[in-house]
Amino acid sequence: MNPLLDSLAAIGRAAIGFVREAGALTLFALEGLSHLLRPPFYWRRFVMALTEMGYFSLPVVALTAVFTGMVLALQTYTGFSRFNAESAIANVVVISITRELGPVLAGLMVAGRIGAATAAELGTMRVTDQIDALSTLSTEPMKYLVAPRLLAGVIALPLLVVIADILGVMGGFIVASVKLGFAPLTYLHNTFSFMQAGDVISGLVKAAVFGFLIALLGSYRGYFSRGGAEGVGAATTGAVVTASILILAFDYGLTELFFSR
Amino acid sequence: MSTPPASVPPARGEVPRLRIRGLRKSFGDKRVLDGIDLDVPRGTSMVVIGGSGSGKSVLLKCILGLIAPDDGVIELDGRNLLALPRRERLAQRARIGMLFQNGALFDSLPVWENVSFGLLARRMVGRREARERAADLLAQVGLAASVGALSPAELSGGMQKRVALARAIAAQPDILFFDEPTTGLDPIMGAVIDGLIVDCVKRLGSTAVAITHDMASAARIGDAAAMIHRGRIIWSGPAGALLDSGNAEVDQFTHGRREGPIQMELRR
Repeated sequence: MNPLLDSLAAIGRAAIGFVREAGALTLFALEGLSHLLRPPFYWRRFVMALTEMGYFSLPVVALTAVFTGMVLALQTYTGFSRFNAESAIANVVVISITRELGPVLAGLMVAGRIGAATAAELGTMRVTDQIDALSTLSTEPMKYLVAPRLLAGVIALPLLVVIADILGVMGGFIVASVKLGFAPLTYLHNTFSFMQAGDVISGLVKAAVFGFLIALLGSYRGYFSRGGAEGVGAATTGAVVTASILILAFDYGLTELFFSR
Repeated sequence: MSTPPASVPPARGEVPRLRIRGLRKSFGDKRVLDGIDLDVPRGTSMVVIGGSGSGKSVLLKCILGLIAPDDGVIELDGRNLLALPRRERLAQRARIGMLFQNGALFDSLPVWENVSFGLLARRMVGRREARERAADLLAQVGLAASVGALSPAELSGGMQKRVALARAIAAQPDILFFDEPTTGLDPIMGAVIDGLIVDCVKRLGSTAVAITHDMASAARIGDAAAMIHRGRIIWSGPAGALLDSGNAEVDQFTHGRREGPIQMELRR
């Protein structure tokens, strides 16, 4: 027994496990996407997934955005007042919300809500033979369960982020105009004159990627769930944790891609 | 231990509905199916018995295409399902009906949509006609049409089994599979479900394969029987001969004796 070799072996096993998991996830994603290109497509399932992911996530995303905008305005004011730059609050709020906080916070909220629900639903279907039953009824489970969710994720999250952007800016506006004494019209003018289409579009592209990741991870973890209730629980936790980490990692990567010069 | 090549010999020249040869499947080092040979002639109801972990469910999943076997042949009317292109294999799957052990009804759909799911998936009917067909099918398994509006969670275990049976027979399959059809049911409901299975199979003129370890159920459903043990068919013959097979393992299993060759093997 050589402790050094044992440690290296453990690191090697972990690395192999990571690569294997990443490969399996990539193949799963490609198979899911390939079903979007081949008929039949289950439009009813897509509408259901879109409603669940978009419409029913609206309250939690809206509240998160409003409070984030309010806190951001307050914190910015406190910090910027130290060097007499309070007038930049509107600019900071709009750029932070549209580029970063809108998509990331909406993504994390939806990951908690939809990632968990998807993993739990598919995991339960797996352990109760419902996924096998689909196969015996001439229905490809990936096409019926996964493909509509992937498409819904790509569409629903940008729509949510548009609303989150508006509400986040509105939260900052309320605090700035009601509590901090800014002139409302001046604040709005500063906001719209500073905001650029690229800021909003980059946030929406991020949101589409995050929506895809949330649907993918929830589906993947649930689809390969094993071992009854405990396995479904582990799949649910795994889906939320992995999706959240990937959202943050991809956020950095996309920010590098869009804004680094 | 010899492996009989056929369970019930088909008539001379007749291709069995289901023919399995040399089916093998391992999970890691564990060999679960070790060369299964089985014939099921048309119109026969075959019961496959065997203890827990004997390979019954894996055999069923291999036949249904849910697990890929390592080796062997699975023929449906003389066509090897394992050698068919994917599209043809899916088409052949439409000829198969399956009743899962716990029903496996889709929680997110109402009962009527569960029953007619296969018809809708294969574009055989529109949604309105599917609903009418579901009511007919529910009647065939002794359930009122109003049950169609309920969700599976609102049904008792026996009702769920009936709905699952209605779903299995909806597309009038050529061959029906039943995985432990009476598991979790009281003896009376078990007998009711068995009776419905026999009626449905006769009405459709289908072939049936039931996997069970319930001897009363096996006697009610089966024309022919086979016993699987350690991944091999160790006995096959008429279902009526199960209790007097002359095979030590079958005798021990069917009479539920603690002592015998199977238990001795477990002790090793």
